[in-house]
Amino acid sequence: MFHLDGAAKRFAGRTALGPISVEIPAGKTTVLIGPSGCGKSTLLRLLIGLITPDDGRVFFDRVAVTDATAQSVRRKVGYVIQDGGLFPHLSARGNVALLARHLAWPRARIDARIAELAELTRFPLDALARSPNQLSGGQRQRVGLMRALMLDPVALLLDEPLGALDPLVRAELQDDLRDIFRKLQKTVVLVTHDLGEAAFFADRIVLLKDGLIVQDGTAADLWHRPADPFVTRFVQAQRGPQIPAEAA
Amino acid sequence: MRRTSIFAILLLAGCSERPTQKPTMVIGAKKFTESYLLAEMGASLSRQAGVEAVRKDLGSTPTLWLALTQGDIDAYPEYTGTITRQILKDNPSDLGAALSVYGIRMSKPFGFRNNYALGMRKDSAAARGIAKISDLRNHPDLRCRFIDEFLDRPDGWPGLRDAYGLPQKDVKGMNHTLAYAGLVEKSVDVTEVYTTDGEIAQHDLLVLDDDRHFFPAYEAVWLYRADLETRAPGAVAQMRKLEGNISEREMQEMNSRVQVNKAKESAVAGEFLMAKSLRGSAAEEETLADRLAITTFEHLRLVIPSLLAALLVSIPLGIVASRRIRLGQAVLATTGVLQTIPSLALLLFLMPLTKWLLGSGIGAPTAIAALFLYSLLPIVRNTYTGLTGIAPPLRESAHALGLTRWAILWRVELPLAAPTILAGIKTAAVINVGTATLGGFIGAGGYGRPILRGIDKGDIPMMLEGAIPAALMAVIVEGVFGLAEKWIARRRG
Repeated sequence: MFHLDGAAKRFAGRTALGPISVEIPAGKTTVLIGPSGCGKSTLLRLLIGLITPDDGRVFFDRVAVTDATAQSVRRKVGYVIQDGGLFPHLSARGNVALLARHLAWPRARIDARIAELAELTRFPLDALARSPNQLSGGQRQRVGLMRALMLDPVALLLDEPLGALDPLVRAELQDDLRDIFRKLQKTVVLVTHDLGEAAFFADRIVLLKDGLIVQDGTAADLWHRPADPFVTRFVQAQRGPQIPAEAA
Repeated sequence: MRRTSIFAILLLAGCSERPTQKPTMVIGAKKFTESYLLAEMGASLSRQAGVEAVRKDLGSTPTLWLALTQGDIDAYPEYTGTITRQILKDNPSDLGAALSVYGIRMSKPFGFRNNYALGMRKDSAAARGIAKISDLRNHPDLRCRFIDEFLDRPDGWPGLRDAYGLPQKDVKGMNHTLAYAGLVEKSVDVTEVYTTDGEIAQHDLLVLDDDRHFFPAYEAVWLYRADLETRAPGAVAQMRKLEGNISEREMQEMNSRVQVNKAKESAVAGEFLMAKSLRGSAAEEETLADRLAITTFEHLRLVIPSLLAALLVSIPLGIVASRRIRLGQAVLATTGVLQTIPSLALLLFLMPLTKWLLGSGIGAPTAIAALFLYSLLPIVRNTYTGLTGIAPPLRESAHALGLTRWAILWRVELPLAAPTILAGIKTAAVINVGTATLGGFIGAGGYGRPILRGIDKGDIPMMLEGAIPAALMAVIVEGVFGLAEKWIARRRG
């Protein structure tokens, strides 16, 4: 679906990513993981041309992603960021319908699609009229997802979609998201820094460090067959709750 | 419905002149009482010849001369001394021939002279033994206060000082009316007077003898455009009936009635013509409501078009500025510099420009152009700030959706920046309402007309007739935009 061919990106002379060559397969969930500043969000942005590579090339469906093709790529790919990235001047419905209205869809078609998505994302229909700052964090994220799915894209990119949520909401939304990914069978690329979350979603995990791929495999590969000591440290740094033993 | 009524207001404001069938002429006046009175008489006499004549109050000599040669006005009362020393800067043997080079004609003198002279309190002059200007040489400590124009003019203080060798060091600029007041309460020793000033008799002042004959004769005459003789020969004949008909005492008395007793200049002019058995026709008497309706209409006619034009230009400019950093800095700096030009200077710069573009250097178009320039900065700056202040994640979300650049601008960026842009428009509108009062200086009408006239005459009710509605209009504009801001904020929830 996506293919990076020696792509590299520098910011202010400093290499942020690459050179990287990687293939992102269709219909699977690929998780990009790594510490802050490892280049995982940069990689995600390259995929839909939000930034252009300084070296190498990026392909979507065998077509190079350039300034000229970026717009058509973006309409086939949904993009969700932390906290939804909703526009405060539009209602939830207005946010979801924005692109469809710009493309002059008939009203009935827009309404039908929104009803379908609200059911899929378990978003209450009566909350569609609210403005983003009247919604909870979890609801905003669901609206962001609906907006990304409005045109029924072939792929879905998510940049730390659950980063701003409290643990209970986060767990609930993780379950819902995984159900949605399975139901839709779309190509999904998700960025997170939480290995537990990565393992929960991923068919395949790509671990990045300093702009380069350190290991590319399943969660089990990372656990049992770390490619180098950094992978071991990264895996071990993710700890579950450590509860002191209770005195009898 | 709402949209239609707004449209109607714009249309109303856009119509500049009421249609007239009669030939029209404009008589200019300098900004002092005597000039107003003479211009009133000229207008009144011309109306008797079936000409639609109006008086237009402009600034000082250079403005009037420019307006006359450009054809913005058809005639104005001038003084021969000013013509030779300030306008022509030459003393030709045939003044009429020298003026005809410019397409201007001069009438015969009205009969009185309004000479420059120096005035003092009679008691302080007597105490120092001063009777003539050359006596001033022995009193270097005298405090002299002159209007700025007198300080600058070659036929004013600089020439006088050199001709007499005057030693005074404490010489400063001061408003004419204030200088008289200072003279009376002894905080000023010497000021320049005009020999027809009503105040000379009122305060019983001593006019110092010009023993070296420095000041030229300032005979009052009409200056008018040569083409007026073919366009409105009757009016010219009527106006020229003032020739040889006004004595110095009569002029002094009329000035005093307006300046001291606050009589209306049109009434004083009318009574004088009647007393001289000259037939004039007065303009129709206007009530306070009439005057307010006219000044409000004129004021809106300045404010609305200038603000709309500024919107059309400055929002796109702000958008471009937000896209291209270097160009943006240049645009912001340029509009910033425009803002710092003093408003009167800007009006004077614009006069030849609007003359060249529109055929008229004075009146509403020049004022609208100045207000337009002043309105640019707040709107450009706020559009720029509003657009560049959009949170990067929101901007990225808009791009990621696959909207076109125009759609991003129109559906996301401008709505997000709208509150900031609106605040800029509010600032521009309020400044605009206030600055439009300066339109009074160039005959653009509006609330500035009664304010300036009131200041000149020291007539406070007349001043307030412009100042109060101007303040009210600013408050209303502020309030309306405030409501609009609240309405937008509420929609955001």
